[in-house]
Amino acid sequence: MSIHETFTLSLKNIWSSKTRTFLTMLGIIIGVTAVIVIVGLGNGMRNYMADSFSSLGTDTLTVQIMGRGSSRSVSVKDMYAIAEENPALLEAVSPTVSMMGTVKAGTEALDATSVSGVSEEYFSMSGYEIAQGRSLQYMDIQNRRSVCTVGSYLAANYYGGDAVGKTVRIGGNQLTIIGVMAQEAGEMEEGGTDDCVYLPYSTAARLSKMGTVNSYIFTLVDEEQAAAAKELVENSLYGVFHDSNAYMVVSMSEMLDTMTGMINVVITILAVIAGISLLVGGIGIMNIMLVSVTERTKEIGIRKALGAKEGSILRQFVMEAATTSGLGGILGILLGYVLSSAATVVITALMDTALTVSPSMGAVLLAFGISAAIGITFGYLPAKKAARLNPIDALRYD
Amino acid sequence: MSALIEFRDVCKHYKMGGETIAAADHISMGIQKGEFVAIVGQSGSGKSTCMNIIGCLDVPSSGTYLLDGRDVGQMDKNELAEIRNELLGFIFQQYNLLPKLTLLENVEVPMMYAGIPMAERHERARVALELVGLGGKLRHRPSQLSGGQQQRVSVARALVGEPAVILADEPTGALDSHTSREVLNLLQQLHRAGNTVVLITHDNSIAVQAQRIIRLEDGHVVYDGDAHGPEAVVTPKAAGMGGTA
Repeated sequence: MSIHETFTLSLKNIWSSKTRTFLTMLGIIIGVTAVIVIVGLGNGMRNYMADSFSSLGTDTLTVQIMGRGSSRSVSVKDMYAIAEENPALLEAVSPTVSMMGTVKAGTEALDATSVSGVSEEYFSMSGYEIAQGRSLQYMDIQNRRSVCTVGSYLAANYYGGDAVGKTVRIGGNQLTIIGVMAQEAGEMEEGGTDDCVYLPYSTAARLSKMGTVNSYIFTLVDEEQAAAAKELVENSLYGVFHDSNAYMVVSMSEMLDTMTGMINVVITILAVIAGISLLVGGIGIMNIMLVSVTERTKEIGIRKALGAKEGSILRQFVMEAATTSGLGGILGILLGYVLSSAATVVITALMDTALTVSPSMGAVLLAFGISAAIGITFGYLPAKKAARLNPIDALRYD
Repeated sequence: MSALIEFRDVCKHYKMGGETIAAADHISMGIQKGEFVAIVGQSGSGKSTCMNIIGCLDVPSSGTYLLDGRDVGQMDKNELAEIRNELLGFIFQQYNLLPKLTLLENVEVPMMYAGIPMAERHERARVALELVGLGGKLRHRPSQLSGGQQQRVSVARALVGEPAVILADEPTGALDSHTSREVLNLLQQLHRAGNTVVLITHDNSIAVQAQRIIRLEDGHVVYDGDAHGPEAVVTPKAAGMGGTA
């Protein structure tokens, strides 16, 4: 009896008890669906993370200087020197000074707008372009001029697209807008990348009354070398402070790796929990196969009398269990894809973020493989029982 | 010429609640190729045990059973399955057709286990069903047929593999007298065509349709001879322990 014939026979038997087979499959269907949706969700989160980080720039290091009393400190010049002395790893550096205080365009207060003091190089480092007017220049920084560039969201919504030459007030200080930046994000929105004001870091330091610049951003020559670059900057700063608590160097790509690692752990745990329902489904299959063997004792007796060997009966029942769970696996995969698409729509609508739930092919194949393996494993015991039946007893069974 | 079926001192013991029962007690007999033999006996006479052993569903506790010269007692389960498939055709009292399969598929089952290709199986099953007069119902299910028709399907299934022995266990037990006659005619027809037929029954009126009768009682052979002999159908005790036992 060929595998093909055994398979056809299994399909026939499964088809003749549809309701029961479907209920038996349900455990496998739910398990496979859960695994696929969870893995898909994990992939979505990872991609979302990678996207948000890459908009921040995974090829950057951010440095925060806490200082150590007043005795030691690093100047902006020192930081530029670190970048210049290590052209193999570090591309450029810019101070970044975040400013608090209300931003006002005319009489309207802008709560979500981000305000940063940067160097003239910051724009090329971040890949920002100027659409109208000009960018910040060296002289603006040297002379602590009260000028700034604004994002396209601000220009479009508060200045009617014609912002150059107008003014913006930050914490009571008036700045002249000298340039409007080109649109960065796909969609301009409040609090987004395009809702921003950049002014000279020297001006920002003056206005915020801090006087000193405490944070910097380095761009890297090679994203892959982030760890080496981070170590380099840390060593340089340690040389100044002799205290590793006086500064903090954060590599975005390292953070992304950490976050991705955390998501992976969470997803793996969730997937394993979902996988438990596959186990429960397998036990359901074993249970129903045992019932089936008892019900079909007479059939087994007849088949044995007519010349079926133990192997034939064993194969028939294992094949039936495997077909049941395999079909359950296929249905689970289909349902998993449907739910993933639905989840994408729901999450996008509810959370206002474009998170795509995308099951990976690997997860799909793994889920199917596991469900088929479960059928074979849990079908084996009942099949063995069937194969071992004594034909005389089986024939007499009613 | 050695016998097709040969029992040499065949015994079969069963344990029942600590007591050993000899269902077959030193039975020796031979059935030649082409014979039509009825094995007769009341329930408990050992005829079912004999039938199980002849049918290779069971093996003797002691003694030797040779089927077509092969010693069945030495075979393992798979070899027994193979020899049942190859040399025996079963006809059961309860027909024992598989209810989910069509008539054609039912008749194909033994050939499927013999590994005969599908096209040949279809053809042979169709011919066998035509032979028993059911050529027009190939796609029917057993439940759509009368008892007599179902038994004819099982005859078709028994003969389709061209077995050395057709073994009929109370083939008319569930049928009325009219359809019983039809089935017996079919068996006689198979016999005339050269098949060896062994009929197991408790019913003398059925047994006399065979050529030869082997009568069993309490695990012993009490008569073995012509079906129309004077002592063939009477109970041995009434005949004063007659027969060849």
